[in-house]
Amino acid sequence: MPIVSSHVRLRVNPVACDAFGYCAELLPEIVTRDEWGYPVMAEGPVPPRLSEVARRVVRECPRRALFLEKVPAPRP
Amino acid sequence: MRTTESATSTARRAPASRILAAWHQTGRADLESHLATHGPAPVPRRGDGAWGDRLVQGVDAAGLTGRGGAGFPTARKLQSFRSGHRHGLLAVNAMEGEPASQKDRALLSGAPHLVLDGAELVATAIGAREIAVCVADDRADNAEAVRGALAERAPAGLGRIPMHLIRPPGRYVTGEESALVAWLAGGPAHPQFRTDKAMPLTIKRRPVLVQSAETLAHVALIARYGPEWFRSVGLPDAPGTCLVTVSGPGTSPAVCEVELGTPVDLILERAGISVPLGAVVVGGYGGTWLRPGLLDTPYAPKPLAAVGSAVGAGVIAAIGASSCGIAETARVATYMANESAGQCGPCVFGLHAVAQDLVQLARGECDSQTLNRLTHRLGAVDGRGACAHPDGVVRFVRSALEVFARDAADHARRRPCTEWNRRPILPVSPSASVAVGHWH
Repeated sequence: MPIVSSHVRLRVNPVACDAFGYCAELLPEIVTRDEWGYPVMAEGPVPPRLSEVARRVVRECPRRALFLEKVPAPRP
Repeated sequence: MRTTESATSTARRAPASRILAAWHQTGRADLESHLATHGPAPVPRRGDGAWGDRLVQGVDAAGLTGRGGAGFPTARKLQSFRSGHRHGLLAVNAMEGEPASQKDRALLSGAPHLVLDGAELVATAIGAREIAVCVADDRADNAEAVRGALAERAPAGLGRIPMHLIRPPGRYVTGEESALVAWLAGGPAHPQFRTDKAMPLTIKRRPVLVQSAETLAHVALIARYGPEWFRSVGLPDAPGTCLVTVSGPGTSPAVCEVELGTPVDLILERAGISVPLGAVVVGGYGGTWLRPGLLDTPYAPKPLAAVGSAVGAGVIAAIGASSCGIAETARVATYMANESAGQCGPCVFGLHAVAQDLVQLARGECDSQTLNRLTHRLGAVDGRGACAHPDGVVRFVRSALEVFARDAADHARRRPCTEWNRRPILPVSPSASVAVGHWH
């Protein structure tokens, strides 16, 4: 089943993450970095216009630390 | 360690002693005195298929919640393991990673057979094939108590399910259930990242139920005396008793068995602590500071939650009115930073940064930005680890900044803490200085 972009959230596995920072470079709308360089994800689902980039970010993380998680659909 | 239940004139009711009753009466913890007090554990008769359901129903009706920290309803946890895959493992959590806690020590030296009975009953109910009694490798007395109790049971014909004593490394987070399971699976005792913490932990697809030693002791009592008996003390929504390690300035820690709902100040009084108190740590180092004005709060989940606190690891630790809570908090935060498993960046770097800010604050070596930076960093660390270790530190430090707001502001004006070089009140275990790598 394809992932519906408005129903997913970008998450990080903090054990796997080594603060390479690719995600924050590619997706600054959702990912910022803390003072130690580790990603901080914005609250809420990934907006549809960013879903393609989000999938790319998940694919290209050198530590394979990112994943998309299904969340309940936001209220219309 | 002392255990105490001496009533005082202000006690509204006689303190309940259940788990430690036999020990208080006889001073003995051996199998003979255990059986003389409680009788044999009600294990199922052959062919009694409904026994497991009845045990879980009894635990449910009793309203028992996990005494390890999270306070989850025990019956619901048991039920999820009964409906799922069988032939798993029961892990008895007696790790006691909390330096201010001694309750597992009291439990294992005072009532080891209640814990092992509870383990036997629960393992039978969930169809577990093995029981691992987990005692940290720096808690030699506790291990000795378990070894002694295990040696008594086999010759007495007790124990249908194999029980083993397991000694994981004694670090703060190795008692976290996923870390314990990682160790039992043969890996380092590191907490695991889990996307869904409601899913049962497994080893090679076999489910592993982790229950605290105290919870199992209560199960052993409920199985014998029934849910009504269990509910006859405590609060309607928080029935029964629990073990609390109580410490204060100038006293060695005492383990008390208290009815849930007993006011915190009464618990302190029963433990012989009545000097003017500065503030009290409730729940342990992942818990909160409680200001002196709130010490009449009933010790139970709901009333404590209403004042931003929680039962947590069963710790009540008071500091004197002349002690500096910021200095104590700085030492605890430093210890907790060193106890990070070292897996998650925000925990590894963030906790040390938080601890460093607190140390600067306590020493009066801060600049105008220290307090703001600290507050910002607490927000940056909260909720960002695989386990709740960083969250606990954040909760503890935030409560310190609230309760000791005046001291913090004072120190922020570069007035060093006169208490900084004194001996700390709150214990931090020696493992803080143990070389990193002691996880295997």
